[in-house]
Amino acid sequence: MSDSFFSQPFSRRTALKIGLGAAAAPILASCSGASTSGGGDFTFLSTQFTPVEEKQRFEKILADHVKDVRVSYNSMAVGDFTTQVKTQVSAGKVGIGMVGGLHGDLAPLAENLEDVSDLAGELSGAGIPKELWDLTKLGGTKNAYIPWMQATYVVGVNKAALEHLPSGADVNNLTYDQYLDWAIAGRKATGKPILGFPAGAKGLYHRWFQGFLLPSFTGGLITTFTSSEAVEAWTYMAELWKNMNPASTNYDNLQEPMARGEVLVGWDHVARLVDAPKDKPDDWVMVPAPIGPKGLGYMLVVAGYGVPKGADKKKAATVIKALSKPDTQLEVLRQNAFFPVVEATVPDDLPPAVKLESTAVKATQGASKALISLPPVGLGAKDGEVSQVFKDCFTQICKEGAAPTKVLGAQAKNLQRILDEVKVPCWAPDPVTAGETCTVG
Amino acid sequence: MARARRTRAVPPAYLLIAPSVVFMALLLGWPMVSGILQAFVGPDGVTGAYLQRMNSDPAFWSAVRNTLLLIVVLLPLQFLFALVMAFLLQARPKGHALYFYLWAIPLAVSDLAAGLVWLSIFTDRGYLNSVLETLGLGSVSWLSYENYGSMFVAILIAELWRATSLVLVIVISGMQGIPKDYDEAANVFGASYLQRLRHVWLPLLKPSLQVALILRTILAFQTFAVAQALTGQDFPVLVGETYRWYTALQNPHVASAIAMVVMAVSMVTAVIYLKTLRDSTKGAS
Amino acid sequence: MTSAETSAETSARPAAVPRPQPAVDTAPLRALRRRRALLQVACWVVTAFMVVPVYLIALAAFSSRSALNEFPLRFLPTSFSTETMSTFLSSTGVLAGLINSIMVGLLTLVVSFLIGVPAGYAIARFAFRGHDQYQLFLLFTRALPIVVLSVPLAQLFLSTGVYDTPLAVTLLHSALALPTTILLTSAVFLAVPVDAEEAARIFGCTPVGAFTRVVLPLALPGIAAASIFTFVMSWNEVLGATILTLNQRTLPAQVLSSLSDSPLAFRFAGGFFLIIPAIVFIAVMRRYLLNMWGTTIR
Repeated sequence: MSDSFFSQPFSRRTALKIGLGAAAAPILASCSGASTSGGGDFTFLSTQFTPVEEKQRFEKILADHVKDVRVSYNSMAVGDFTTQVKTQVSAGKVGIGMVGGLHGDLAPLAENLEDVSDLAGELSGAGIPKELWDLTKLGGTKNAYIPWMQATYVVGVNKAALEHLPSGADVNNLTYDQYLDWAIAGRKATGKPILGFPAGAKGLYHRWFQGFLLPSFTGGLITTFTSSEAVEAWTYMAELWKNMNPASTNYDNLQEPMARGEVLVGWDHVARLVDAPKDKPDDWVMVPAPIGPKGLGYMLVVAGYGVPKGADKKKAATVIKALSKPDTQLEVLRQNAFFPVVEATVPDDLPPAVKLESTAVKATQGASKALISLPPVGLGAKDGEVSQVFKDCFTQICKEGAAPTKVLGAQAKNLQRILDEVKVPCWAPDPVTAGETCTVG
Repeated sequence: MARARRTRAVPPAYLLIAPSVVFMALLLGWPMVSGILQAFVGPDGVTGAYLQRMNSDPAFWSAVRNTLLLIVVLLPLQFLFALVMAFLLQARPKGHALYFYLWAIPLAVSDLAAGLVWLSIFTDRGYLNSVLETLGLGSVSWLSYENYGSMFVAILIAELWRATSLVLVIVISGMQGIPKDYDEAANVFGASYLQRLRHVWLPLLKPSLQVALILRTILAFQTFAVAQALTGQDFPVLVGETYRWYTALQNPHVASAIAMVVMAVSMVTAVIYLKTLRDSTKGAS
Repeated sequence: MTSAETSAETSARPAAVPRPQPAVDTAPLRALRRRRALLQVACWVVTAFMVVPVYLIALAAFSSRSALNEFPLRFLPTSFSTETMSTFLSSTGVLAGLINSIMVGLLTLVVSFLIGVPAGYAIARFAFRGHDQYQLFLLFTRALPIVVLSVPLAQLFLSTGVYDTPLAVTLLHSALALPTTILLTSAVFLAVPVDAEEAARIFGCTPVGAFTRVVLPLALPGIAAASIFTFVMSWNEVLGATILTLNQRTLPAQVLSSLSDSPLAFRFAGGFFLIIPAIVFIAVMRRYLLNMWGTTIR
């Protein structure tokens, strides 16, 4: 029986039916699909304001302050963001109107972004600081993006922790040694660590090493990578780590463990601390990062917006200009805790948490010993790998207890290999010599 | 008759599988080739540098160890658990249809959500420690990087919860096709429950079990969301590393190199399973 | 009724038959009851393990944000709040994402079954050359991590104009689901006796008729299982969908990636919301899966 089963004519007919069915399904699909980004005619793709509420608030700012263009705001994780922009530009079909992201998010896209020097010229009167404009050139001469907003990192302190503060220490002018003593005293007094660290998979802890700990101890970053001061810094770090909450390796931000009361003191990005004091602002203070032998190292966080190649530059310029107005920028500060880049008088009626942060940021920038670090310049896609070097140092020295000299020696080779691949000059706080590849010291 | 079918019916078989081959080749052919090439070809031509990079990354070898350890421990437990559940249902307790539904629910939970819920259980101020605290036993840092054992067990339990339903559903659907007469016949001849399990049910379930085993193994190599949610970077697994190299480190070449390892291990396992599968189809028919 | 119980009854019967003596009869009955009770206890234990985590997600999704920061955490919904859930639901694109996701999920089902069921049948019924190689080919496509595939796939879609449509995601999901569909249905067809099909042919069915009227109903449980996997996989897939769409995202692509940066309360709200449609789908399909339970067709 079965030999005539599925004899040729039937199979063909079946195949035909299957083929028709398969063809019909996609036709059905292609005719509709619902828009998930508000249905605007201009897509603003960004890595910022991904959390639900932040996004909702920024969408409202866009609707209120950008009148001429209906913008749909589409925010996603930085990896997906980079992939989206790169694939669209390389395919020559760009559906993105403009992109927004941190300096480190935009730098890898340099080849995919339009030169916006003309727009930069138009905005030259807005009061954006020169060092920010220099950053946007990515080590070249043309502006790859326009500065959008800025932020930095501060230390959030639950007032309950102040009683463990070592005598003679001023919480607004802490040294690294006092910071450590505080952590030890707090741990001894309460029986568990009071200090937290954003060392989770998405945490920004590498910025602590790059912009705070190492510059404060060594005065540099790359050129002093293996110096005796750096060894001292890492030895200090290992000691500090012993007094931190070990669950820190799960913290992507500190505001949640702080709101839960798991962490009383900790350093993080302002946007990742702002929810901690939300319910009880009176219980919290925000202070600058500690001061080291070489000064108060701190890192500037700069976000910018750019125009992908092949996008409607004119429309993008309209949106960018509207977002660069002082009013708009202050509204972003009020709602989402990112500080203006343009000249704007910070008002007094800020929400309590933002006010706390604003004070700490001002104190940091105005400190006499302030030592500014910039995000890596010109590393492009290697930014992540350079950060990984510092993360690996942390893992090996602090978590696995390896000797700092040995680890730094091995990682220095790794770091140099990456720098040789991209051939970039050093960036602040290291001395900048144009045209000379940065050498690990 | 079987021989006649084999010689004559070759064309229909090819016609039936042709759409799937064409579909997969058109859709994934180019992406797979370019993905694979990426691991070995850089801007300066063919290079082994990416494999070297992968090899020298401290996280890579611990990811290999973690992935293999997890799969080797997880799969037998999972199949045992699924079979226990299936035979509990097969005994048809009161409300078995409801039980089956409830036991299949984890299937609906995405791995991201699954990671989230188990994090809320195992985290320092989570539900598990809440219970311990209420009982006066004190908290334990289950997910601390210093405590590899408890970290591993936490991931194991979470994965057991998340993915056993898949095996269960396959086994149950396989059971539906097994004629009751076999079991009844064995019963008449006085076989004990365990004997019937061993000699009647398990052999008849073998095709389903093997499909479940192949799919589960391949999928197990592909998941990382739960491990990442629970332990961040402290318990790296291979696919998580691929993802990290691709997104955070922006190096698709090394990502592809790790993907090659995942693929190679999966395929070796699949070949081994398929050899067993062929033996069983002979046995079953 | 388990066979174990039947055996207990049958072995007890000879003693009971000659003269009904209730006092003697209770021992096997008690054993039966004890076994029943044990069975129920075992089922409860398994149920607790499977359901408690889902309950905890639901609890957290409907708790106020401050309640989630307490310690020890509460196990009862004493601080019921729909605040986070409603904020989550009102965010841009949730409804549209839901529509897209359902569309993609159902279309994926259609495409993968149209292509996959015949292939599964071929594997089960025909011993053709390349049988094993074909199965390896299928697994091969599934063994490469999606993240490596999705970028070249996005380029392919961009150049053919399907990028950023539900169709793009459907195609990817169908490709991901096909190996599962084909292997599962083949396992099911393997279990359907060839005789049944041949009998239908003798009684005058066409091959297609024999397939749809005899084989398909018998294979329904397995097909239902495969459909559950396909739909749920498509429903929860996020890595590929994120790369292949921009303004017409599926729900997980729309919310899951942003949720990972959101406060815990929102992550639970989103996580719980995403579970619901998949649970409904499983409830529907379960009927077909358990279609033949207890029936004696053969």
